[in-house]
Amino acid sequence: MSAPAGSNYHYVARKRRVKEDKRFVTGKGKYIQDVAVQDTKHVAILASPHPRAKILSINAEAALAVPGVLTVLTGDELAEHTSPLYHGPDVPNLRWYPLAHELTRYAGEWVAAVVAEDRYTAEDAVELIEVYYEPLEPVVDPEEALKPDAPLVHPDQGTNLVLEKDFVWGPVEEDFAAADHVLSFRARWGRSSTVPIETFGAMAQWDGGTESLQVWASIQMPNYQEQIANAMRLPLNSVRVHQDVDVGGSYGVKRGIKHTVLVAYLSKKLGGVPVRFIEDRLTNMSGGDAHGPDRIFYTDVAFTNDGVIKSMKIKAIDDCGAYPGRGPFQLGKPIAALVGPYRINSVHYHPISVSTNKTGQVPVRGMGQGPTNFMIELAVDKVARHLKMHRLEVRQRNFIRHDEFPYLNPTGTKYDSGDYHTVLEKTMELADFENLVKRRDDIRAAGNLAGIGIGACLEPSGGNNMFEYLLNPKLEISTFMEGCQVRIDSTGNIIGTMGTTTSGQGHETLVATILGEEFQKDPEDIRVIHADTLAGLPTRSPVASRMAVMLGGAADGAAHKLKKQLHEIAAHNLQVPIEQLEYNNGDISDRNDPSRKLTWAELVNIAHRRYDLLPDGMEPGLQALHVMQVPLGGEYPDENNRVQLYPCFSFQAHIPFVEIDPGTGKVTVHEYFIGHDCGTVINPDIVRGMIIGGVAHGIGAALYEKFAYGEDGQFLSGTFVDYVMPSTFEVPYVKDVEHCTPSPLTSHGQKGSGEGGYLGAPAAMASAVNDALYPLGLSLEELPMRMTDIEALLHEGRDK
Amino acid sequence: MSRRDISLTVNGKDATAPAEPRMTLLDFLRDELHLSGTHMGCEHGVCGACTVIVNGEPIRSCLMLAVQADGDTVQTVEGLCQEDGEPGLLQDAFRDAHGMQCGYCTPGMLMSAHALLEETLSPTDEDIREAIGGNICRCTGYTQIIDAIRLAAERMKEQGT
Repeated sequence: MSAPAGSNYHYVARKRRVKEDKRFVTGKGKYIQDVAVQDTKHVAILASPHPRAKILSINAEAALAVPGVLTVLTGDELAEHTSPLYHGPDVPNLRWYPLAHELTRYAGEWVAAVVAEDRYTAEDAVELIEVYYEPLEPVVDPEEALKPDAPLVHPDQGTNLVLEKDFVWGPVEEDFAAADHVLSFRARWGRSSTVPIETFGAMAQWDGGTESLQVWASIQMPNYQEQIANAMRLPLNSVRVHQDVDVGGSYGVKRGIKHTVLVAYLSKKLGGVPVRFIEDRLTNMSGGDAHGPDRIFYTDVAFTNDGVIKSMKIKAIDDCGAYPGRGPFQLGKPIAALVGPYRINSVHYHPISVSTNKTGQVPVRGMGQGPTNFMIELAVDKVARHLKMHRLEVRQRNFIRHDEFPYLNPTGTKYDSGDYHTVLEKTMELADFENLVKRRDDIRAAGNLAGIGIGACLEPSGGNNMFEYLLNPKLEISTFMEGCQVRIDSTGNIIGTMGTTTSGQGHETLVATILGEEFQKDPEDIRVIHADTLAGLPTRSPVASRMAVMLGGAADGAAHKLKKQLHEIAAHNLQVPIEQLEYNNGDISDRNDPSRKLTWAELVNIAHRRYDLLPDGMEPGLQALHVMQVPLGGEYPDENNRVQLYPCFSFQAHIPFVEIDPGTGKVTVHEYFIGHDCGTVINPDIVRGMIIGGVAHGIGAALYEKFAYGEDGQFLSGTFVDYVMPSTFEVPYVKDVEHCTPSPLTSHGQKGSGEGGYLGAPAAMASAVNDALYPLGLSLEELPMRMTDIEALLHEGRDK
Repeated sequence: MSRRDISLTVNGKDATAPAEPRMTLLDFLRDELHLSGTHMGCEHGVCGACTVIVNGEPIRSCLMLAVQADGDTVQTVEGLCQEDGEPGLLQDAFRDAHGMQCGYCTPGMLMSAHALLEETLSPTDEDIREAIGGNICRCTGYTQIIDAIRLAAERMKEQGT
């Protein structure tokens, strides 16, 4: 069920090929490595071997003497000529430059950059640079970093605390006092990221003739060009970012501002030669400043004898590494669904972001909602275990009911629509739940370990950055807009223009499908292009699970403007009132006399060539721009910090079935079932893919993926052998079922779908592992639950 | 460093270009022969994005030097296309099942799938999993890729290819 019952879409919600796929299967995608500009030079990086050290001196003489080397750049020069990079939190003395300046702050931080004729030569030269360091004691553990005597990552800032807030929403103390039970636990979400198969890359060329900077990058980030202009001390209208670069996966993390400023500076310094830097994998993982949340929760949950959860107190300590960027706002976005899909009456939230000597942080798929949802679902499972109730029953008892929407949660956000009970039921049917329980129990009866996971999650979608204001009130930004321009050319072809890159979400298909639906034209014939930032449109990039809602809405808005214009042309020429006109596949006729009509070709001809036939005052041509404001956006928090964060809320239920080898602790995911409701589905294949892909990501975060650091601050996971990502051997064939509760706030009832798989799967996988361990009286509260962690726990359990 | 000519048969055509002895086959294909469909993912032989077929076997082109391939027959994703550059059967099956998202791992995935379908047109799902087990995809969770390869096998069988 991809669309509401009774809807009669031609293209929306119908299985159709994805426009982007043709170039990808034929090897014709244009990724950053494929952008060819004549005479491009290449960068290689020298990284710090020390987690924290003073840079005493750098000798680049030998490197500069290598034939083919153009220059060697160090942090001092760069810091003199560029401005520090952007951080979201209010930390003015926490200065971030592309190359370490005076101090190195993590093992892997970039210390020097070589530019050479080719990458091989650049790498050779890097090895000849001599750096003298004075190693200093690092701080690695986030809770240690908060102590008063901890080494300071940024001495000028005077503290490792990057951000701390304390929010109370609703009668928390009263609800705790009235509750029958309170449970307290500590949970940890390990340091991981989405690690796209394409590393980050950027290329820049300073054009002195036009005094402008050309940038190509594998980027997915709001306000990228503003950040470049600011760091490079250029007017914003001198920065042209080409948005037609295919991005080889991102899921939030392709935010290489430091890479970009580095190549931009180098190009300018070298008189305008194009300079390119593509990370190798080690640089990507150790020094790309692209790690995700690394979070410790201290949670208290208050509930009644019959399993009604009344309130929660949550302290969240997040380790943002040496450079926070916008990463710590991942403590803010989850406020949108801090009580999940449950009727929890009140909540106390104490978020803390702290810097340590590790690589920096970026927003990852879900913007912090994954860790938060893991913690919420862990709490729900614990309530069920404590009361000896079924984990499903506790969820069903606490779910917001279908008839309660729109539902105002305690933090001030209204959930738009949903039917959580039905989605869970459908998922249980899909899983044949009773049979699954029997299979689990049969395995257990044979003396082995098996578990069924249950996880629910909300996917806030549509975006709205008011959580930034909650965490840093200096950021008075009340829109997170998106634009789309639509033109009908002089021969009647339709062109949609978007202002941002795409990293696999199929935005060209999204825009073409919605325009096709509105104009009743085959999306196959509609072209969608990506304008560069100078020619471009207001955009905040494809973050925040927002493009179906926002770009889809913008395309729909522009189409409506054009259709209105076409109707006005027809009314004027047919001499009938607009209300009497009928639109049919592009032709417009008089409803009372269908023989009187103007065809699409005739309407297009009038608009483009026959000014004499246009209504008075109408502009010639057919073009419309629509910039969409976030639905329900624009309001600031009230005096109790209550505010609408995100407009639309998708829902998912996850049921994985796992077996654990009692000897080795190895988890095998036998089956995975998921029910999802993201309102109207624009393209079913795209939505299914993103949901299942999110599940695979979540399985990785739950069982395998961790950026590990030693106690000495050394980075231990610099290869894909150490940082293990799930392959076909780890991810089962995921079975899914759809439900459709349309959003009342969007053009076609659509909501976001790019994050939910990743938001629900870690929670559900933890639930499955803990269900398998339950008969032994064991449990784990830390992700990832790696084979070695489980084996150690089983060993410990046996010893007891 | 000195360069020497490397000659390959690539996608049925002879190609010769100079390369340093240390140049990987991946860089040679991309930078010297301008076949940019093959992608760099990890450069240490784990992710499979750079998979090409050399003398009939799928290999990691990031782990092979161009000089090692001198005189060999190489097939890349471009070689799966029809003569006019339009998608071939396997590529079309990936489109029909939407067996991709960002498209970056897709060429490597296609080459591994192609090697499997050269061996059998009746692969089980387990065979498919095994064949692409060395290709990491971060977007799809593999389900639609498995659908695509199964679909391609069925179509090839129908066509008797």
